[in-house]
Amino acid sequence: MTDVTAPLKTTRSGPAPQELKVVPVRHWGRWIAIVVALTALVGLAGSLAKNDNLHWDVVGNYLFAGLIFDGLATTLWLTAAAMALGLTLGTVIAVMRLSTSPVLYGLATLFVWVFRGTPLLVQIIFWGYAAALYQYLKIGIPFTDITFFQVETNSLLTPPVAALLALGLNEAAYASEIVRAGIQSVDRGQTEAAHSLGMGPALTMRRIVLPQAMRVIIPPMGNETINMLKMTALVSVISAHDLMSNIQDVYAQNYQVIPMLVVASIWYLALVTLLGIPQAWLERRYGRGSSTQGQASPLRRMLGFATGGSTLRPGRKGAA
Amino acid sequence: MNVPMVRAEGVRKQFGRLEVLKGIDLTVEQGQVCCLLGPSGSGKSTFLRCINHLEKVDGGKLTVGGELVGYRRHGDTLHELREKEVAERRRDIGMVFQRFNLFPHMTALDNVTEAPVRVRGVSRTQAREEAHELLRRVGLADRAGHFPAQLSGGQQQRVAIARALAMKPKLMLFDEPTSALDPELVGDVLDVMRALAADGMTMVVVTHEIGFAREVGDTAVFMDEGVVVEAGDPRRVLTEPEQERTRAFLSKVL
Repeated sequence: MTDVTAPLKTTRSGPAPQELKVVPVRHWGRWIAIVVALTALVGLAGSLAKNDNLHWDVVGNYLFAGLIFDGLATTLWLTAAAMALGLTLGTVIAVMRLSTSPVLYGLATLFVWVFRGTPLLVQIIFWGYAAALYQYLKIGIPFTDITFFQVETNSLLTPPVAALLALGLNEAAYASEIVRAGIQSVDRGQTEAAHSLGMGPALTMRRIVLPQAMRVIIPPMGNETINMLKMTALVSVISAHDLMSNIQDVYAQNYQVIPMLVVASIWYLALVTLLGIPQAWLERRYGRGSSTQGQASPLRRMLGFATGGSTLRPGRKGAA
Repeated sequence: MNVPMVRAEGVRKQFGRLEVLKGIDLTVEQGQVCCLLGPSGSGKSTFLRCINHLEKVDGGKLTVGGELVGYRRHGDTLHELREKEVAERRRDIGMVFQRFNLFPHMTALDNVTEAPVRVRGVSRTQAREEAHELLRRVGLADRAGHFPAQLSGGQQQRVAIARALAMKPKLMLFDEPTSALDPELVGDVLDVMRALAADGMTMVVVTHEIGFAREVGDTAVFMDEGVVVEAGDPRRVLTEPEQERTRAFLSKVL
């Protein structure tokens, strides 16, 4: 690299740089892959459209049926309530796990161990059949006969309530890990700065640490919400009247299993798509003050790719 | 009124087995500027953090404004303060950090108003008025709506000073406030600190800026390996030090 001028001189003889023709890299392999994938997709779509066993008429009949909307309503409130319960309880458990008290830490760890370590399906059935374990729920003084309040377990733990408890407690275990990672991602200097301004631990957590932790918490919690929406289908085992329960009720009578599952899939897909909107909004909201730019949405990426716009995928440039 | 602002008698601190402070004696009178100098690892930052109880003192006696740091005295017994009480004591002590530690999710203005509104219970409008005035004083009147990431290091540090001043502290602690700054940005921050000292603010400054210490400081304290090696008038300590250790340090940094 000592003699830089020599090779420059030899190229002087050709045309000026701006007159040269530029040939971009041709990605032949990529074009072949696109053709293969699109052919497979069109073939699959065609065979599905022509398949009489799919009974699109049944799908059409049930897609907007009242029973389906009843189930959808249950699925939606169950998702929202379970996520609210999970996030609230999860935050408490996350703070307990970060506590210096070994007892609080131990209890929180035990909770996460139990609820993350057993299958959700088992937990759902367990809550659904809790009456087999305790016939009555009593509030009183332990180890005495004094009872302030007593209720039959089955009248309190109806299938939707049991479903909510099962999903919410399970979610709390996962959410607590996400929240803990979020809290730990905030620089210690932030806490020290807040403390030096006379802010107490609770105020510091609420105003300084958690809002910053949100940036780390929101993307995985968005995934958790999407997962939760789909996992609510599991509560059909205790007939909680969610979308899946009602779908099963229908195909138990008319035996149109596949068309009814298509109806369910269409609705789950639609709801999951809708959930992406508030997630994107929240990510922007809590991303304030950070210099990282928001990623282009998947739809824009797809359209950009179709028109050959490679500017949306700067990461690939260097790799190609 | 003649209670010293900060008084340390044999203050000790250790991290595990490592003894960081081995008996610090130091007095800062009201309205004075005390500059702590010394090589890294000498314990000067740790001592500064002990003053507002970000670090717990392990031995000796440390008082701020006559009150024992971290404890409440009841006759002959000392009660350790609850976190809430510690927070109350800290209101009167402002602190400026080496790495600014501005709240990145808030604008410069919100950084300044946050504590007065939430801790002191000042009304939002009044806090905003005072914050604008403070930002003007540190030369950032036009940056109120900017987020920290949109400001230079020097600007961030000046916002941090305004944020600390918004609590109307009686004592300001500076932990190497210019060490993380590009050389050409140091001047602006030092100017703000100079003005603050001229206003009569009591300040304890951990710094490597010998010029600032000589010009603004009322006392210079040279620390090494957890002890005070030499303390006194900065013009004497920093130009004709008595101790060999101080001379060796100054010859390296000057």
